[in-house]
Formats: sequence, C-alpha cells, structure tokens
Amino acid sequence: MPDNKKLHSVAALFNSVDEIISAAKKTTAAGYKKFDVNTPYPVHGMDRAMGMGQSKIGFVTLFFGLFGAAFIFLFMWWSFAVSYNIVVGGKPFLAVPAFIPITFETTVLFAAIATVVGMLAVYFKLPNNSHPLHDTDYMKAVSGDKFGLVIEAEDKQFDKAKVIEFLKGLGAYKIEDIYYPEQEKFRMFEPKFLLFLAIVAVATSGLTYVTLNKLMYITPFDWMDFQSKLTAQKGSNMFANHEGMRPPVEGTVARGFIPYPYKGQPMPVEVLSNPTIPTKQILELGKGKFLTFCSPCHGNFGEGESRLRGQFPVGPTLHSDKIINYPDGMIYHIITNGQNAMPSYAPQITRHERWAIVDYIRVLQRAQNAKESDLKAVNKESVSNVQN
Amino acid sequence: MSLDYSKELTLVQGNMTMADLDNAIAKPMDTKPNKNYFIALAFTSSLLLLGVIAVSLTFYYGIGEWGNNQPVGWAFDITNFVFWVGIAHAGTLISAILYLLRQKWRTAISRFSEAMTIFAVICAGIFPIIHTGRPWLAGYLIPYPNAMQLWPNFVSPLVWDVFAVSTYFIVSLLFWYVGLIPDFATLRDRTVSKIKKFIYSLFSLGWRHSNRDWRHYEKVYMILAGLATPLVLSVHTVVSFDFATSVLPGWHSTIFPPYFVAGAIFSGFAMVVTALVFMRKVFSLENIITMDHLDRMNKIILLTGSMVGYAYLMEFFISWYSGVPTEQYVAINRAFGPYAWGYWVMVSCNSIFPQLFWFRRFRRSIPVMFIVVVLVNVGMWFERFIIIVTSLHRDFLPSSWGMFYPTWVDFSILFGSFGLFFTLVLLFTRTLPVVTMSEIKGVVEGAQPSHYEGDHNA
Repeated sequence: MPDNKKLHSVAALFNSVDEIISAAKKTTAAGYKKFDVNTPYPVHGMDRAMGMGQSKIGFVTLFFGLFGAAFIFLFMWWSFAVSYNIVVGGKPFLAVPAFIPITFETTVLFAAIATVVGMLAVYFKLPNNSHPLHDTDYMKAVSGDKFGLVIEAEDKQFDKAKVIEFLKGLGAYKIEDIYYPEQEKFRMFEPKFLLFLAIVAVATSGLTYVTLNKLMYITPFDWMDFQSKLTAQKGSNMFANHEGMRPPVEGTVARGFIPYPYKGQPMPVEVLSNPTIPTKQILELGKGKFLTFCSPCHGNFGEGESRLRGQFPVGPTLHSDKIINYPDGMIYHIITNGQNAMPSYAPQITRHERWAIVDYIRVLQRAQNAKESDLKAVNKESVSNVQN
Repeated sequence: MSLDYSKELTLVQGNMTMADLDNAIAKPMDTKPNKNYFIALAFTSSLLLLGVIAVSLTFYYGIGEWGNNQPVGWAFDITNFVFWVGIAHAGTLISAILYLLRQKWRTAISRFSEAMTIFAVICAGIFPIIHTGRPWLAGYLIPYPNAMQLWPNFVSPLVWDVFAVSTYFIVSLLFWYVGLIPDFATLRDRTVSKIKKFIYSLFSLGWRHSNRDWRHYEKVYMILAGLATPLVLSVHTVVSFDFATSVLPGWHSTIFPPYFVAGAIFSGFAMVVTALVFMRKVFSLENIITMDHLDRMNKIILLTGSMVGYAYLMEFFISWYSGVPTEQYVAINRAFGPYAWGYWVMVSCNSIFPQLFWFRRFRRSIPVMFIVVVLVNVGMWFERFIIIVTSLHRDFLPSSWGMFYPTWVDFSILFGSFGLFFTLVLLFTRTLPVVTMSEIKGVVEGAQPSHYEGDHNA
C-alpha cells in the first residue's frame, strides 16, 4: 500500500441490483452520510434507499422559463413600440397574439439551457476529470454492468477497518481502496505556459483585427456596385460638352414648371400679387416651412436672432418698417430670387409653400407689433368663436 | 397466434446481458468499418458534393439558376425546408412524447431518431438561408443591436420560424447531449485507445454514474421531455403559419397546424423506419431494435397517415362548404389541374399505401414495410410541393398564370440535402453509440429491483 497517498474512500462492488439496494439501505441505517452509489443506469427506488428526497432542479427551469418569457415579451414590446415603430398590417405596436409564438419559443430555450447548464455546472460540478474515482477498476466495473457503493474517508464515522468489515458483511464481491491522485504541479511562470499565453494573445488579437477590419468589409459579390451606366454628375465623352447630364432643350419648359418673370432682378419694378387667402391651413403650412427654412437665420419669430450662433451671417429682422411696407410679392420675390447673402430657396420650397410663408410672416409681423386695438379685435374674435 | 396484451413485451430479445448489450452497441466504434460502409459513404458524399456545387452556383449567379419565377416564387427551396423540418419531428416525438407516455420500447430507437432530428434540422436550416439569395445577410434575422438600429419584425411568421427552428435545434442538441453523457463515460471506461479515451473523457465531462447525480439527471431528462413536447408541436405549427397567415386560397386554412404536425410525424417515422431497417441489419442489432419496434412504428405511421388523409378530404369539404369560388377552384385545380399527377402521387403514397399496415403480416414484413415507407417519403415531399406550387401557379388574374419548371440545380440541391443527411447518419453510426446504453441497460430483465414495488416503507 502506498504510504504517501491520501485515502479518498473505500469502494465495494456488487453483482446484482437487489444487493445494491439493500446495501444502500443498510449503509443509510448505519448512519453513514458521505457515501455514494454508482450504477450503470438509474436504479428505481435508490433515492429512497439512500435517504434522498426529490430533486429540486425543477425550480431552476421554472425561474429561467419565466425569466425568458418576461424578457423576450418586454424586449419585443420595447423594440416595436418604443425603439423603432413599424406599422405592419395595421397591427398594434403591442401585438400580444402575434408575440405569443416567439415568447413561447424563448421560454423553452431559456428554460432548457438554464436547466442543462445548471445541472452540469452547479449540481454535478462538471467538468471534473480529476476525481479520485476515475481510472479505477471500480469505475470501469460500474460503467459496465456492476453496482458499486463508496464510503468516503471524510465521513465522521469513517474507520477503515470497520468500513471494510461492514462492506464485506453487505455481500460485496470486491473491495477497493481509492486514493487521491498525485497532485499535478502547475507553475505559473514556466516558459511553456508563458509561450502558450503569448500565442493565445497574438492569435486572439490577430483574429479580432482581421475579422473586424478585413473580413467584415469583404463584399461577397460586388457586381452591382460597379456598373457601366452613366450616373449624375459624371463626365461622358459621348457629348460635345463632355457632361453626362443633358440640359433641357432651348426654349422648352418642363412639365409643371412655371417660369418666374422677375428672375435675377435685384429690385423688380413690379411684383406678383398674393394668390392665397390666409386660412388656418395655409398659416399652419407656412409656419412649418418658416420654422424649417427661414428660422435658422431669421429666428423663430423673425426677429433676426440667428439660431446658428455666428456660424453664418445673421439674417435681418423681418419686423423693420421696410419689410412691413413691402408688398407680399416683394417678400415672395426675395425668397424665390435670394438677396445679398441669402440664396434662392426656389429649389427647396414650392410656389404654394412660398406664398404660405409670406402669409405667415405677415402674421408674425402683426403679432410682434400689436396695437391695443388688435387686442380688442382678438378678444372680439375669440368671443365670437365661442358663440359660433 | 394469440397475443397477451396485458403483459409487456420483452424489450430486449435473445437473453442479452448488460455486458452483451455494451459490446453489441460499442462494436461499430471498436472495429474498423468494412468495404460496404465506404461504398455507402462514397455514394452519399458524392450526392453531398453535387449539392455543394449547385449551392455554390446559386450563390455565384443568384437564384435565377432555379426554376422559381413569377408567379411561383416559392418552390423546391421551401418544399425541401418543410420536408426536412417534418422529418426532424419523429426524433423528438420518440424521445420526448413517448418518454412522457412511459413507452419503454422507445429506449432502443430514441438515440438514433434524435440524431436524425438534428441532422434533418441542419438540412432544413440550409433552405431558408439559400432561399434569401443573399445568405450573408441572414444575420439580420437575429435581434442584435445593429448599426441601423432596426429590429426584426416580430409579428411576421417568417421571424417566428427563425426562433422556432433555432430553438428546436438547440433544445434537441441539448437533449441529445444530456442523453449521451453517461454513454460517453461508459465508452471512456471501456476503451483501450489513448486518443479515444481523451475524446470520450472530454465529452463525458467526468461523469461518474453516481446516484446523487442520477437523481437530478432523471429529473432533468423528464423536464427536457416536458419542454420538448410542446416545442415540437409548436415548430411545425409555426411552419404552417408561414402559409396559413397569408391570404392565399389553398394556404389560408385553419386546419394547417394540426395537419402539418401530423404530416411531420408521419414523414419522420417513415424516414426513421427507412434507416432502421438497414441499421439493425448492418450492425446486428436485431435483438435490440426488434420486429416489435418496427411493428409499433408502423402503427404510428398508419395512424398519422390516416390523419393526413382525413386532412386531404377536409380541405375539399371546407373549400366547398366555404362557398368561396377561388377556394373551390384551387381545390379542384389541385386534383384535376396541371399538377394533378403530383396530387395523386401524394394521395396514394400518403393515404392509400399505408393502409396495408392494418394487417399484422405487412407490419412485420421488412420488404413491404420498406417499400411503403419509401413511398411515404416520396408522398410527403410531394404534399409540400403540391401545397406550395399549386396554390401559387394560378394567380388571381389569368394573365398572371404560369407553371413551375425545376432546373437541374433545383434537383441537385434536393439530392444534395439527402447526401448531407445520410452522410451525417453514416458518420454518426460509427462514432457514437446508436442505442442509449444507459437506458437500454435499465430495461433488460432483472435490471430493476425485484421487491421495489412492495417495499415502500423500508
């Protein structure tokens, strides 16, 4: 017997399943606590013979199943109703019936993974290939068709001679001492280990770099990215002026386009008259367009307070007498044609919208320079509104 | 011959002891395969190579290589997907539902059919991905915080499919692996080869057959069976939603979920029987996978085949009863239109030939059984083809009518999927125990304590 080894347990082998059941019962009755039974397949009634109750692992399944259900349901609600709303087939954003299949699948997924991982890692403390029982004749026998019982040396009642006597009395056909395996020594700073760490570090960072910077940017098939067609702004030798884009034929007017008669004149002698009536709808449209296109320079109320904080020339106030006295057509002309630092807004804003802006500027001018009489008029109007 | 139905049939025949069982099951892994095995492997891997070439051509030139075109936008791709997902269902039915129903005969075939589940899901998973035309963008189906800040459309049945099939794959794999752990430990303790011992030790995780572990293990096995049972029913239900939630005559039908699930189990059992007939013979496992097993499986094929036949009749009835002219047209066009030949192949293979299994003599005859299950496999593939193509080829406007003509690429991918499946099955039979050793040992005569039942208070 090797003296330098530490005893882990004494193991006994039995031939039949009835023997192992009665052996387990007697071991429990004799008061041993740290013992185990190894059988090649689960034996019915063994849990009771060993004095163990029902496994409680079902609660792990329950908890993680409910967690998975709640998680995915809230996630779908958040992504659909909060993060990015997409209307699909007129369904509500919290489409409970349509969320059921995925909620169910994720419940099963979470519950199954948690149960299996929990069982293996937490309950069984696996992987563990260095347990003293491994590579013993005892283990080889119980892996095949024998039944075994081990009493561990850590048990309070453990006394080697007595335990061997006890196991013989139970009818064991073979008894084996199980020793702890010799401890393998791992030295942290062995050159081999350091080299291994260095290789792992280089391989990991190299792979990460290649993946993130090269692999992710490879387009599998890029035929459609490079086509022989002519795109806008590209030159072409096919035309005399070497331009890809074609200007309209001289003397023609594009469909839906009405030429502006005073184009390019800084101070036209006469201007167009306003074709719109300032209804509420027109003013709402004008307000929206004004806030989008005009307010960055002229301020939200046209008072000339730029929102661009000096990054661009500050637009003048729209409440000066000069502008108040302009005809509608003149303001329209400035928006269309541009003035000084202000470019033409004709490409961005349609004709109708430009007139709506003019109407809205008139509203602003009246509101900013209101008189006592205006207030009375407003009151009168609101009273009449109530009556209506 | 008189049968005593009050007694359980012997599950393992030929008076095999536990050691005999271990030896018989581990034999394919302990011995070198013979020439026939390599011939079979060469054949299946050639089919696989054909499929790989066809898929590569598809990626290179696009899905214009296939016969799909307006109005038939779904054809072989989705047919194959539904077919393979259906094949997968038998494994989970055997390993989970029959476990919950305490059908002990399942132990002999559960490992093999679970393996077929996993391989079939792998085959199925390929098709939706290649069907998208740009498989490298398939990652967008997974909800992850991407640069576009977009999430998948969680109310779409196609996204449900992604969740259902991937969950099914993961849970099947876990279930399979949990069952394999004790067998890996047994193999680890049997083998004399150092390399094999290293591999088996790695996968056995150091399992010690301890009863303190078996206690949790059995509970977990039952929990997984309980989780897998509704899961397997949900998977083909969700697959049928791909069709049933659309507003297309021939697809928009509430019978689809149960009809698809019954069809899935039907085709899956047929595939398992097809493979088992060879496997038990080649590996001399006739005493473990007995004629009684095949007999019982054929009974399930008869049952599910009749359910599928009932669904065919019910589709006709409902289309008449609904009073919707387009529905009626689709039903009549299926049976008597340009794809009538396919429809009658489907009806005869799925509902008529399996009726032979009413007779015990045919249920227990290997040649009859083999012919019927192969016909069932053919018929179930045609069922999916008929459902998909005949509903699409007659669009609402006669000016949009068309026909589907498969190309050689379509056929190559179909055969390639069979090549992949059987290559994996062949490799599996030589690398892993095809019968669950730890379970089959528990059901041989005298494996469980004799006085267990009457000894509750001891």
